[in-house]
Amino acid sequence: MSSLIYLDNAATTRVTDEVYEAMQPYLKELYGNPSSIYRFAGESRKAIENARAAVADFLNAKPEEIYFAGGGSESDNWALKATAFANREKGKHIITSTIEHHAVLHSCEYLEKLGFEITYVGVDENGVIKLDELKAAIREDTILITVMFANNEIGTIQPIMEIGELAHRSGILFHTDAVQAYGHEQIDVEELNIDLLSASGHKMNGPKGTGILYIRNTVKIGSFIHGGAQERGRRAGTYNTPGIIGFAKATEIAKRELAKRCEQERRLRDYLIDRVLTEIPYTRLNGHRDKRLSNNANFSFRLIEGESLLIMLDQKDIAASSGSACTSGSLDPSHVLLAIGLPHEIAHGSLRLTLSDETTKEELDYVIDELKKIVERLRSMSPLYEDFVKKGEQHESDYRIQ
Amino acid sequence: MSQIIEYSEKVMDHFSNPRNVGEIENASGVGTVGNAKCGDIMRIYLDIDENRVIQDCKFKTFGCGAAVAASSMATEMIKGKSVEDALKLTNKAVQEALGGLPAVKVHCSLLAEEAVHAALWDYAQKNNLQIEGLKAPVNDIEEREDISESIGTQ
Repeated sequence: MSSLIYLDNAATTRVTDEVYEAMQPYLKELYGNPSSIYRFAGESRKAIENARAAVADFLNAKPEEIYFAGGGSESDNWALKATAFANREKGKHIITSTIEHHAVLHSCEYLEKLGFEITYVGVDENGVIKLDELKAAIREDTILITVMFANNEIGTIQPIMEIGELAHRSGILFHTDAVQAYGHEQIDVEELNIDLLSASGHKMNGPKGTGILYIRNTVKIGSFIHGGAQERGRRAGTYNTPGIIGFAKATEIAKRELAKRCEQERRLRDYLIDRVLTEIPYTRLNGHRDKRLSNNANFSFRLIEGESLLIMLDQKDIAASSGSACTSGSLDPSHVLLAIGLPHEIAHGSLRLTLSDETTKEELDYVIDELKKIVERLRSMSPLYEDFVKKGEQHESDYRIQ
Repeated sequence: MSQIIEYSEKVMDHFSNPRNVGEIENASGVGTVGNAKCGDIMRIYLDIDENRVIQDCKFKTFGCGAAVAASSMATEMIKGKSVEDALKLTNKAVQEALGGLPAVKVHCSLLAEEAVHAALWDYAQKNNLQIEGLKAPVNDIEEREDISESIGTQ
């Protein structure tokens, strides 16, 4: 067992050896600017077009529909703002969900300031978008529906195909932030009725600072970054050749290993969930039990606070994350946990553990054992737990998993 | 999901090895402040002798690393002190003793000061005492005007 047990793969992942090796030649040897005319640069240009084809293949898209960008947040910003600007004559209404990543939510707030109107559709207690609410929110002037593929905190996977159908039936564009799902789930943009899709490299063992925006070739939206002819004039900036090659290689590996990897991660994740829920009292699982990312587990431990939990796990060389206010830099805990109906005090005690294909059962056993001790210790220090015990645990049933 | 918060060595020491964690049965005074909504609740127990000296002091805290460390430090700073001296404990002194707190965590030291005051108030009430400078506690520190201001300016 290596000294660090890394269970924060939804935050970022390790670049795999195969990806690392594929990138290397484009740093020191084939460093030419792919936009240049000489043969030396041509090699890089060719590699980029092969990369584009590999990404298109994963999504069942056409290569000319793949645009390389600088990460998931950039792609989300691009998709929302460019779609809004391109369609403002047609309408000013956009529909999204309450549990989107801030790259989408804050872009929406920005668009609201510019006069666009946003409807934030709620989710149920498992974090699944309310389709009837979504349907009811559609207006004459709705130009875009943007709903994430899978949630970064609680892992819930949305009914993307149904949302896409709803959008297309009404002639509305459909964008999905697939940053957590790309490389982890099968994605077929045709089958799922997706018009725009954002993805990030570093969430799937690719390099940081890389991403793509898939834009269906019938979608007319403008440039997000001006200043060059790259990416068919839609995204200026010298090609990040090693990054693009790394993104594509990570995609190829993801496609090759997807079924096996999901199965392995799911088995370990279920083992983790079962043991934690059975062995640590007053604990609940956040997110949908089955319709969730294969590597995601998110718990709320009642009567303790998440940041303290994270520091104590860190002292045991376990890297994880929490939706507590203390880790968000504000007084409010995660908007996602509040959106699924958790009271503040339970949202504060949340813990997200996200596995990789390198995670082992032995590691999880160690984590569960430490977690039990830490939760117990924090509860022994918690005035809320003291009151709870004195009250005779009358509310115990409230915190069993649903 | 998170932002980087760097704690001083002192904070980490008091968080990892908190002093005076626990309860005191039949305590002379108990004070609880904060609210679970904001993620911090502190409770301080005092054992005060007939000479109005704090013989023992314990705490329980639901909260982040800084909240635990601030409670631990506050109990250390008032143990053995007279009631009057304990009342002089300020959040600034707690902060300084902890080697500083990140700006977003300053309210944790305010909570510690408030918890001590709340426990002293409880002691005064139980014994029908007037202690100069001691005011009724505000359970939720966010409601205290001067504190709201100082939190607002961070």
